Amino acid sequence: MANGSATTGSSGAYLEFEKPIAKLENQIEELQLAQEQRAQTGRDFSEDIKKLRASLVSLVRKTYANLNAWETVQVARHQNRPVVADYLDMIVQDFRVLHGDRRFRDDKAIIAGFGRIRGRKVMIVGNHKGRLLKEKVACNFGCAHPEGYRKAQRVMKLARKYALPIVCLIDTSGAYPGVGSEERSVAHAIAENLSTMSRLQLPIVCVVVGEGGSGGALGIGVGDKIGMLEHAYYSVIPPEGCAAILWKSGEYAKEAALALKPTAKALLKLGIIDDIIPEPLGGAHRDPQQAGLAVENYITRTLRRLCRVPVDKLVERRYQKLRIIGSLTDGSIKLTNEKPTKKTAEKKKTKAKKKAAKNRA
Amino acid sequence: MAKELPAAAWDGFSLRRRRDVPEGLWMRCQNCGAMLYRKAVADNFQVCPECQQHFRIDARTRIEILVDPGSFEEEDEKLESADPLKFKDLKSYKSRLADQQKKTGLKDAVVCGKAFIKGRPVSLAVMDANFIMASMGAVVGEKITRAIERAIEEEITLIICCASGGARMMEGLVSLMQMAKTSAALAKLDEAGGLYISVLTDPTTAGVAASYANLGDIVIAEPEALVGFAGPRVIWHTTKTELPKGFQTAEFVMEHGFIDMIVQRKDLRDELARLIDYCGK
Repeated sequence: MANGSATTGSSGAYLEFEKPIAKLENQIEELQLAQEQRAQTGRDFSEDIKKLRASLVSLVRKTYANLNAWETVQVARHQNRPVVADYLDMIVQDFRVLHGDRRFRDDKAIIAGFGRIRGRKVMIVGNHKGRLLKEKVACNFGCAHPEGYRKAQRVMKLARKYALPIVCLIDTSGAYPGVGSEERSVAHAIAENLSTMSRLQLPIVCVVVGEGGSGGALGIGVGDKIGMLEHAYYSVIPPEGCAAILWKSGEYAKEAALALKPTAKALLKLGIIDDIIPEPLGGAHRDPQQAGLAVENYITRTLRRLCRVPVDKLVERRYQKLRIIGSLTDGSIKLTNEKPTKKTAEKKKTKAKKKAAKNRA
Repeated sequence: MAKELPAAAWDGFSLRRRRDVPEGLWMRCQNCGAMLYRKAVADNFQVCPECQQHFRIDARTRIEILVDPGSFEEEDEKLESADPLKFKDLKSYKSRLADQQKKTGLKDAVVCGKAFIKGRPVSLAVMDANFIMASMGAVVGEKITRAIERAIEEEITLIICCASGGARMMEGLVSLMQMAKTSAALAKLDEAGGLYISVLTDPTTAGVAASYANLGDIVIAEPEALVGFAGPRVIWHTTKTELPKGFQTAEFVMEHGFIDMIVQRKDLRDELARLIDYCGK
């Protein structure tokens, strides 16, 4: 099965950069067919198949260990990649969906409700992209209107009343750009969520499981810990949009993606996200169960830690974390998580020691 | 089917023609076509005396119009971006920044400081649409946050004159996070009981609209300013439907309940002073 995990789940939906993988998988398939007819041909391919399987695993591992930003964007949008609804099925028990923003209507692009994750009661808010076409259309392909963000805010305030930690699952290409969205001010709805979530007296865990599409993602993305699946992306603007503006053509999406650096690795370095959640070999779409387990483990572990911290401290820490993103000292930038190199750290230590010695004297 | 939008009329943020004030002794109003003597326009707060079209103005001019003469003390003027992503499109972000700094004389797209408006102390931030469309990167986010913190510390009113094309994509997610940072700081100001008046000028859109621009205790807009989240062209492309008349103008947004009042530029100073008297300490 360990070998099989690299081959299942990707049936027929190979991405451009996966062509060598597809070729190898086809070869294995052909050999397997030949193997089945062993009785007639009298030739045994089992050794070859074993070898090819091993090289397939290492090829997938190698390919996925070195995805560039544009390839990552494609994996995050893969048609077989598990969506929020899949994760809810896999990790949430007794999910009680709550509908409506109490102001205008129920926006299906955001799904919210009570649930239990490994027995812990939580409030869940997530972008709902849908799975089959009918469901996708009903929930507007995960692009929320203002109502969605207002529903999110409503259930979060409800959670506050009963001290239920909040879990946000993010996977959207962005808030919906439509006439109704503007009339009911999606900008206002997102802005309110940002300020509400920044002060909410509850532990908040956010996980970007697929696409993190700018303001639409951030609208339910302020929290104490931000985790990101290994091959998810989180960008200030879709690469296509960025290319259209700066390269004057959407065809330069690849160049734009590379420049925007929207990958988990880059964002961890910038101090914007806190953790990278490893995906199964070859991406979440090759083994959704495994991906679900990884997300479940992350949420459980993180909540256990956060729930130990007094709420006031939590909120202040959340603020300070945001406060230092892109903080500048006059004339020069100081980004978070840029840990001092060993040399400077040692220098600091010796300086501090000297000072202490002086004080004592 | 909706008609194709006229390409020439679009400047990337508005369906209407740009309203920058052109060079020269005389100028033509792009709205009503009247020939105007430049000085007469300047004396009229850069508003067309014929049709009341509000032209876009830079941050320095806006500050001059708003505050008591000589009272503005600038803060954090030296902050500049360090290009966290080493971003490069057809042009490198570094050189783009250098060009913009040379053109505008500013280090980035916002000017912040303390001032008096008719004797009332305020923490003031004014965005300048001439600087990469007043997009918000780390510098704008940081300076706005510091302006908010000054308002909290000194218990004075916060006024932000917004104008922006949104988050600055050349700084990637660092700029998106400035939305969360500024909104969090405003939540603190709110808890402290401080007054925040948000003034929306042409154009206030996207990331800035979805953060501090829309979080004012009082939201004021200039006449016909473009106010919205997504650009009209994006909306048109997504929905393929005709956009309503006056879509995303300040008047339209006020009609839908998201702006308190629309104030002519010449009256803005008086109006702010009055509002502060109702709410200020």
